[in-house]
Amino acid sequence: MLSNLKPVWIVAQRELRDQLRDWRVLFPLAVLTTAFPFLMMVMARGVIDFINQYGADLVIDALVPFSVLLIGFFPNTISLVVALETFVGEKERGTIEPLLSSPMKDWQIYLGKLVVGVLTPLIASFLAIAVYLVLVSRLDLTMPSAGLVAQLIILTTGHAILMVSGAIVISVQSTSVKAANLLASFIIIPVAFLVQGESVLLFWGNGRILWVALVGVMVLASLFVRMGIAHFQREYLLGREIDTLNIRWMWVTFWRSFLDGAHSIGEWYRIAVATTLRRLALPTLIMVLVFLAGGWLGYDQVTLNAPNALKDVSSLAELRENVASIPSANGLGEVQISAPFIFMNNIRATALMFLFGMLTFGVLGILVYLLNAGLIGGVLSLFAYFGVSPWVLFSTGILPHGLFELPALMLSGAAVLHMAVALVTPQTGRSMGEVFIDQVADWAKVFLGVIIPLLLVASLIETYVTPVILKGVLHW
Amino acid sequence: MIETNDLSKQFHDFWAVEGVTINVQPGQILAFLGQNGAGKTTTVRMLTALLEPTRGWARVAGYDVSTHGNEVRASVGVLTEQHGLYVRMNALEYLDFFGQVYSLSPQARKARSEYLLDYFGLSYAAKRRIGEYSKGMRQKLALARALIHEPPVLLLDEPTSAMDPESARLVRDEIARLKSSQRSIVICTHNLAEAEALADTVAIIYRGRILMQGSLDELKDNILGSAEYEAQLAEAWTPNGLTLPEGVTMRQLDGTRLRFQVKQPREVNPQLVHALSAGHAPVVAFQEVPRTLEQAYLKAMAEAQGGTYVV
Repeated sequence: MLSNLKPVWIVAQRELRDQLRDWRVLFPLAVLTTAFPFLMMVMARGVIDFINQYGADLVIDALVPFSVLLIGFFPNTISLVVALETFVGEKERGTIEPLLSSPMKDWQIYLGKLVVGVLTPLIASFLAIAVYLVLVSRLDLTMPSAGLVAQLIILTTGHAILMVSGAIVISVQSTSVKAANLLASFIIIPVAFLVQGESVLLFWGNGRILWVALVGVMVLASLFVRMGIAHFQREYLLGREIDTLNIRWMWVTFWRSFLDGAHSIGEWYRIAVATTLRRLALPTLIMVLVFLAGGWLGYDQVTLNAPNALKDVSSLAELRENVASIPSANGLGEVQISAPFIFMNNIRATALMFLFGMLTFGVLGILVYLLNAGLIGGVLSLFAYFGVSPWVLFSTGILPHGLFELPALMLSGAAVLHMAVALVTPQTGRSMGEVFIDQVADWAKVFLGVIIPLLLVASLIETYVTPVILKGVLHW
Repeated sequence: MIETNDLSKQFHDFWAVEGVTINVQPGQILAFLGQNGAGKTTTVRMLTALLEPTRGWARVAGYDVSTHGNEVRASVGVLTEQHGLYVRMNALEYLDFFGQVYSLSPQARKARSEYLLDYFGLSYAAKRRIGEYSKGMRQKLALARALIHEPPVLLLDEPTSAMDPESARLVRDEIARLKSSQRSIVICTHNLAEAEALADTVAIIYRGRILMQGSLDELKDNILGSAEYEAQLAEAWTPNGLTLPEGVTMRQLDGTRLRFQVKQPREVNPQLVHALSAGHAPVVAFQEVPRTLEQAYLKAMAEAQGGTYVV
């Protein structure tokens, strides 16, 4: 094991030496490490003085941790530049080829570069945080708890890994620093959003949720690292990949994968769709389990909170009246719940699952799916609170159209999950672009061949059959 | 040794290299000639196990490039098209780094680095940042890097480009020395004179395919036809009634120069000289017309592109 790590150390040493000799890296790092904490201190002091006039203690308490988050984040942004320079810069200058021509393994070169790409800015971030905390302690401001500081440090680490590993993925796909810099916004913007979201959690003051967010960031970072390892291959780095968008090639690859050699619709179903469905068997099983877990989670949360939230509501009828009286819900009442409306709504949901999933290794896509399952569980629990058996409600109000709608939803989730797994798995001899297009084609096959027909049938049943059964059973 | 069979590489729907079959024994040099983008670099990258062949196979130093990539790379010294030097390092650090990459001991790294820097005349600049080096110095250092681990196989892309004549000569001498120490060497070059001076066999590659391959003489014979000999005359002379040996064709360049195309010069040339003498031709010199690799290459290329080249 140690002998396997030696080349990693050799590469890392060289990278580190190179960075420490590059003023373009050192200068911004030095400024962000030394000057930025003082600047934040002045800003925090001013904001606190201002807020003190209104007694908003909650904001004041969160201001220092928020500053820590920002102070840690800014030196980290350098990591993106360093990573792009380290990978695509080397590729552009041709220095990567002698290294790739050596007997080192792909992952050893990758890790050596990743470690330094993450560590240098991260050390600067930690130094800046330390300087800031020393200033905080000297100026009689509330120090964040050790637990919160630990959370912030882990979050900062997660951001660095996320950005560097994301930058590597971009670098593998680019042949010039210019192209990589353009693509880098795909990393910096989502991470900036992430920091904003984390800031909201900080001001909210819910440490438990922050831990969940933190786990999410680390999972995402690990997925990016995995994806980097999967695609950091000599073949990709030196293959004839060019930055221009080859629409024709993309279309041909997609169409070939989509048709899978079929010459008629029947053949397409028998060969292309059936093969894809077989490929999706395991992800579908996982989606069934995720659905059950989501449903149970929704059911459990509503069961826990319903007695308190609904203490003034005595019956289901009263709840309906209350819901109808909410102004924002009134608008809903004006919408004609028709089969096309339901169909389009479900199509939108599955398409969003795919789009979100495509951009986040399936994480957001599966969250959308989980949300749907949670909602069903929650509704069942809500009715159970008012004495309606969840089994009866499920079999009469959900199952009739759910027999078609739920498999469609599960297949959509499975396709998204399969795409995420394929992207982070090494695929010898195939570029990331090819893998991605294949996955899109797989999703399109399932979407057009199975999901749309299922959702069409489901929308008709939900409009014309389910309400009749529901009324008959619940006597509404 | 290097051995390939039907070696091919496809990128998307484009065949960058197709059906390359070569054999380079220890102590031999093969020169790859071809235009930019002909597939030389892709071939070298497959031989270095950097790119996976789409079809065919290649064995380098006894290892299959598809299944033993690391062993292949450990046995090969590569001079890449771009120098690929880290400009913030000095030459000693750079060679030491690659010595580590190839798992040399610290003593071996030091000894090899010093020897190579000394050999290529870079000792005086050993501690200077590579960024300050001239093009020629960089090329020499890149070559030193390729040799740091004393590989049995060398793949050299434009080994003397950007070098001054003295340095180029030094590098050529080093390549010749390496050849004599039983290394298998492949050179990709546009410098035809260099290929002619160094190579045992030459392969002309065009649009990914080998157009022609063989020893220098075979290549010239195949492309330019049989050897030509010129008779220089003391004064204008008309070859009326001259009986030529069988298979010899003659053309008169001007009054004092005659050219003969001869298929088997060893047997035919004495007869030809005798015939000229018998015909009282005032011959002052009889010599082979020099045919360069450049002529052969340009003719082969012109024909491949559907044109003609007049030698």
